[in-house]
Amino acid sequence: MTQQTVGEAAGHPPYLYPDYESTRLRAPKEPLIILPKALSDIRGPAYGRGTVGGLDYDLTRQHGGEPLGERIIVTGRVLDGDGRPVRGGLVEVWQANAAGRYTHHKDAHPAPLDPNFSGAGRCLTDDEGRYRFVTVKPGAYPWKNHDNAWRPAHIHFSLFGPAFRSRLISQMYFPGDPLFEHDPIFQSVRDPEARKRMISHFDLETTEPEWALGYRFDIVLEGREATPLERPHA
Amino acid sequence: MSPGRGLEPTPSQTIGPFFHDALLERDPTGLVPPEHPGAVRISGVIYDGAGDPVPDAMVEVWQADAAGRYGSEGFSGFGRSGTDEHGRFSFTTVKPGPVPGPDGTPQAPHVNVSVFARGLLRQVTTRLYFPDEEEANAADPVLTSVEDAGLRETLISHDEGGGSYGFDVRLQGDGQTAFFEFGE
Repeated sequence: MTQQTVGEAAGHPPYLYPDYESTRLRAPKEPLIILPKALSDIRGPAYGRGTVGGLDYDLTRQHGGEPLGERIIVTGRVLDGDGRPVRGGLVEVWQANAAGRYTHHKDAHPAPLDPNFSGAGRCLTDDEGRYRFVTVKPGAYPWKNHDNAWRPAHIHFSLFGPAFRSRLISQMYFPGDPLFEHDPIFQSVRDPEARKRMISHFDLETTEPEWALGYRFDIVLEGREATPLERPHA
Repeated sequence: MSPGRGLEPTPSQTIGPFFHDALLERDPTGLVPPEHPGAVRISGVIYDGAGDPVPDAMVEVWQADAAGRYGSEGFSGFGRSGTDEHGRFSFTTVKPGPVPGPDGTPQAPHVNVSVFARGLLRQVTTRLYFPDEEEANAADPVLTSVEDAGLRETLISHDEGGGSYGFDVRLQGDGQTAFFEFGE
């Protein structure tokens, strides 16, 4: 096994986690080179700010009809390492449909596609770092990692923050999923407290009567505002 | 929240195999149009530890403009490419200028390169430097911090002529690319 990295100390998974089979040939084994702190906080890209459409946050309104499944609202705040809101940050999500099937051409799970659900959305955070998606609850699905392997229901999240190091791709899980203990991707995060940071909370305040259940999921990115060194020159 | 460290980050998870429609729909591989003055092509192959190409990776680049400025007006500096069945990614961009580093030491022109893929629980991050910048490269504070010459060599792209630079990324095994992480 390789030495624990700075990232692992902060709660990130190791690169090599043999129970997740695909890590075995893809995890780097040379020790990571630690960049000096002065270079760690270079600003990050402001990607996607001009390309988000008004309805991109609503995955239930991308087709002629409504998708099948349990309609949900997923909302939360994106914060930087100091707890400050990440404003105008791009949040991209993708997920399986309610039956546990992705529209992706390589998904061979024999569960039905839903003609009214593509499973991709995006939005920008507001001045308080808040984002909001309307979607359906994704289904669990099988994969070939090991015998009788199933992924717990999850929504993939892709995020940008103030610094280059803020860049994060993660997965949001749903509370109380019985598949957690059997899922090597979830378990690759070794610290049980860190694992909890990937689980959304059911929230009655977000829930809208007669319409949709609400889940809250706050996200903390590494890094803070750029150092003056890397700001654009005047 | 522990004192002095701020909030604990949300842990990273793999991008998985099914991200293409969500993340690559807009094909952001052109940071500048091919006819842009000084446009260069950056391309390469991602390899796994068995030496096989990785056909389901996503590569992101983040760089300064030709004058060494990040996030300048009219040049986003950011690009994304999937890898094809041969593990190949490609970008059209401009060669960045030198950017200021710690203590005023200039950094040699470089492109920050991140790779996401199924089997990578967290992205790997490296830097692409240019072969025609020997003097600047020799003084670059990051390149010089990589003590192993073989590992350092993995960070220098190859001039393929006609304004094309080749930069293969080996995730594991012989000739593994040097990957960075950020200090606290």
